[in-house]
Amino acid sequence: MSNKIEAKILSKSYGKVQAIKNINLSVNEGEIFGLIGPDGAGKTTLFRILTSLLLPDSGSATVAGLDVVKDYKQLRTAIGYMPGRFSLYQDLTVEENLEFFASVFGTSIRENYDLIAPIYAQIEPFKDRRAGALSGGMKQKLALSCALIHKPKVLFLDEPGTGVDPVSRKEFWDMLRNLRDQGLTILVSTPYMDEAELCDRVALMQNGEIMAVDTPQGITAGFQQPLFAARSDNMYQLIKDLRAFEGAADCYAFGEYAHLKLNTGVGAGQTVADIRKFLDSRNHRNVEVKSAKPTVEDCFIELMKN
Amino acid sequence: MTNIITTHQLTRTFGKFTAVDAITFSVKEGEIFGFLGANGAGKTTALKMLTGLLSPSSGSATVAGFDVWKQPDQVKRRIGYMSQKFSLYEDLTVRENIRLYGGIYGLKMSEIKSKMGVLLEKLQLGPEADKLVGALPLGWKQKLAFSVALLHEPKIVFLDEPTSGVDPLTRRQFWELIYETAVTGVTLMVTTHYMDEAEYCDRVSIMVDGKIQALDTPRAMKEDFKAESMDEVFRRLARG
Repeated sequence: MSNKIEAKILSKSYGKVQAIKNINLSVNEGEIFGLIGPDGAGKTTLFRILTSLLLPDSGSATVAGLDVVKDYKQLRTAIGYMPGRFSLYQDLTVEENLEFFASVFGTSIRENYDLIAPIYAQIEPFKDRRAGALSGGMKQKLALSCALIHKPKVLFLDEPGTGVDPVSRKEFWDMLRNLRDQGLTILVSTPYMDEAELCDRVALMQNGEIMAVDTPQGITAGFQQPLFAARSDNMYQLIKDLRAFEGAADCYAFGEYAHLKLNTGVGAGQTVADIRKFLDSRNHRNVEVKSAKPTVEDCFIELMKN
Repeated sequence: MTNIITTHQLTRTFGKFTAVDAITFSVKEGEIFGFLGANGAGKTTALKMLTGLLSPSSGSATVAGFDVWKQPDQVKRRIGYMSQKFSLYEDLTVRENIRLYGGIYGLKMSEIKSKMGVLLEKLQLGPEADKLVGALPLGWKQKLAFSVALLHEPKIVFLDEPTSGVDPLTRRQFWELIYETAVTGVTLMVTTHYMDEAEYCDRVSIMVDGKIQALDTPRAMKEDFKAESMDEVFRRLARG
């Protein structure tokens, strides 16, 4: 497998703020690679450098074998880019937007219809509607169609799921997997940790740096400490109490449960029964305790703290 | 427990489009209430009516005992509002933002002064008081925005996607603030696209096409739908 994206010690500052620091990254051909991190992690800066829209201060990068600085003209026809903010012309119709993007790249809707068909067909009934009047999920499908219309080799999607509801997000990920299976390489960024599990590999980003790169399974396998899930009728009190449990490293809410992480030393011998006994002694009712599998989000918090 | 929000057949149309379709529900005092729905389901329109910013086409609603249509000013005085997108002025300092919002919420200068000290102390923002809000890390901004929304001691605070785009640790610290506030008797109405956060609410409602399709505790809702998670409940409801 050849590397479709290769970045070497990329850095970029805005004034005194270092947006990305010495980023090294390789993305393989035909994989969905996720950049996972909160706002301000440097995801968009990295995207803009890799799509030739921003010059790095130092370091170098290639996409599909093309240098992001020297070969920027060829590079732009080889990639599709869907920026985070809605990038379409609000006062053009659905079809006009698509035609516009096709003509910019010297192609036509008909020529590449096959690639976009599964996505575009869903919004085609509304092709005469102005893009500004579409729902969030439909806008996203149109933006993806426009990014694909010139048959790019590499697709860049900057936070396609932000502000989009879980249902539309799930449909969107189904489309991405479909595109990947057709051989497209996809770099996608998201602040939603649960979406990490939908990528082939991920990089966890925070404050301009990559904290870890691996498959989602590899990331969670790196979590060493004992982890438990607990709940009771008073979750707020439960979290506060569990932080005082002997051997506790930290405790945070994770959906219906709180995750209690123990230190490898002092906490290693503690069992589900010990935690239950402790919670009973603190007068918690309807207590449930079980051992838990770490999620990517557990790992992210762990990495943030180190 | 008394109800802090009650709506009866609350409806709002825009031309031929019915954004909110005869919703009837209530929120109890001191509750953390999750107000969920897909994009375009009508959440924002409903929230605008409950905060006195948009008048209903028909039906009625009371918030903190006042009619949202007839007494919107009384309603506004008793509610706080925070969204992640817009809350604080980035080019004003921390101190200036607190003073501005204190003034908008009608507090006396002496009250603002005393609250300023308490708030800066509580958030440990003392050293940052004269820095521009735009220069603060996102997590601090959020905590400040939330505290500012509580400045006039409202009965109920509306939090519109308060945690979107925030790192997982800050997101959790923010929810602890929500819990902490609920314990003092303040009601919190929260919208979110993070389904794990739906689990943190006492009760949640899910809107689909302008209607409230389900309203219950997260646990009961999951049992009803025989679902593993709120994410699954949401997906089934929102796509039939």
